[in-house]
Amino acid sequence: MKARAFDYMRPKCVQEALEAFASADGDASYIAGGQSLVPALALRLQAPGLLIDIARLDELRGLSIVDGHLRIGATTRHCEILGSNLVREHAPLLAKAAPFVAHPAIRNKGTFGGSLALADPASEFPAMALALDAIIEIASVEGSRRVGAGDFFIDLYETALQPGEIITAVHVPVATVKTRTAFDELARRRGDYAIVGAGIDAQMQGGFVERMRIAFLSVGPTPVRVSAVEAALTGRQLTPEAIRQAQDVLGTELDPAGDEHTPPKMRRHLARVLLGRLLGRLEANV
Amino acid sequence: MSGKVAISLTVNGETIEALVAPRTTLADFLRQDIQLTGTHTGCEMGVCGACLVLLDDRPVHACLMFAVQADGCAVETIEGLTHRRAIDDLQKVFHERNALQCGFCTPGMLVSAYGILASGGEPDRDGIRDALSGNYCRCTGYEAIVDAIEMTARQRRQHREEEA
Ligand SMILES: Cc1cc2nc3c(=O)[nH]c(=O)nc-3n(C[C@H](O)[C@H](O)[C@H](O)COP(=O)(O)OP(=O)(O)OC[C@H]3O[C@@H](n4cnc5c(N)ncnc54)[C@H](O)[C@@H]3O)c2cc1C
Ligand code: FES
Ligand code: FES
Repeated sequence: MKARAFDYMRPKCVQEALEAFASADGDASYIAGGQSLVPALALRLQAPGLLIDIARLDELRGLSIVDGHLRIGATTRHCEILGSNLVREHAPLLAKAAPFVAHPAIRNKGTFGGSLALADPASEFPAMALALDAIIEIASVEGSRRVGAGDFFIDLYETALQPGEIITAVHVPVATVKTRTAFDELARRRGDYAIVGAGIDAQMQGGFVERMRIAFLSVGPTPVRVSAVEAALTGRQLTPEAIRQAQDVLGTELDPAGDEHTPPKMRRHLARVLLGRLLGRLEANV
Repeated sequence: MSGKVAISLTVNGETIEALVAPRTTLADFLRQDIQLTGTHTGCEMGVCGACLVLLDDRPVHACLMFAVQADGCAVETIEGLTHRRAIDDLQKVFHERNALQCGFCTPGMLVSAYGILASGGEPDRDGIRDALSGNYCRCTGYEAIVDAIEMTARQRRQHREEEA
């Protein structure tokens, strides 16, 4: 199938993009990497009259350290996250998740901001933004605002973004000497969306968990933090017993939906297996 | 609404000025407007990898972007890679190793392989399979394709060592 006819513009700055959207009476869409939007247009799931191309805006580019946070410009491509030393050093969890995002050619175009804006519950980066307690910087014609990842993902493909708003950057607190991270997912084929995936960002001191955030993907309409599991592990050492108990807590806390391939019970079981693996890796510090 | 837009890009090193409808994908532009039919289209939704081209020297799906988005960029297709003899060795080993049968997936496979080998490393078989996860082949069963890429990587390393 082919996309319906539309107009196309490439604004020079974010302000111009915002104004173009405002003038379009809601009949417009931003396009960044286009790796999700173009198929949606081809399938006519969406048919906006105007595409506003934000992929080349300088204001949305770049990786830098600002105020103890790694600032990730919204149009930073997945391949740039994967190849960046800055990310490896300051946001190791993102570096670990990046190889699991789609296939190489899609990583060459898809953007970090686009992934968060779309908020596919099976996507890696939205869940990792949650695990990292990232701050999402948003521009609108009224000005700029910041929303914590915990308040950003609202429902299936629904975020705190209002129509016409643009994610300009995402700020991730930088890793410290105490930081330990782990990511993994289970998928039928590498590059496919995961059946279940999870990432952990923890602060550990002398073998004890000082603070832990765990976020799952593909277990519900949004990425999911499992706070009961986090609480159960805080202040403890990651002994085999503590890990087993955490897996039991997860079994009661998580209420995943089923789909035609994966009944809820199987998904919950796989999530427990995954949690055990990840906690084992944190303990071994690998 | 939806008038044509003027774009200027290079395709295989040649500057092209064209008027395109915004909804024309880069794949359709290459195949229909400038008759470069080496870029194939299968699924037209980013799944099969038949449409891979190089955009500023990185593999991307020509079905997942509109030609207007390539304005000002450098596009290289399987024809360009072939003419500038950038993948002679890959093509020869693909042939010898029977890494193609019907050939439908081959342009995309070669563009992916170009991307895999561009870093100059020598990926292992798992790494190669991983990097080919977005390329479907309905004929070969992939084994021969992985063989061919692995062999080319080895040959290139040996070649570099001989030169050094
Ligand atoms: C075959 C295939 C497999 C894939 N597998 C995976 C996978 O395993 N994991 C994964 O995470 N993703 C996967 N993807 C999706 C891919 O990562 C997308 O690139 C990404 O989710 C969206 O980023 P984009 O820049 O391409 O966004 P686009 O497609 O350009 O846009 C997506 C949506 O976000 C909006 N948008 C984009 N940028 C902004 C912004 N800065 N501010 C406000 N709104 C914005 C657009 O208006 C649009 O509604 C896959 C895609 C394909 C085609
Ligand atoms: S035609 Fe582009 S991926 Fe299938
Ligand atoms: S050779 Fe026929 S699809 Fe690959």
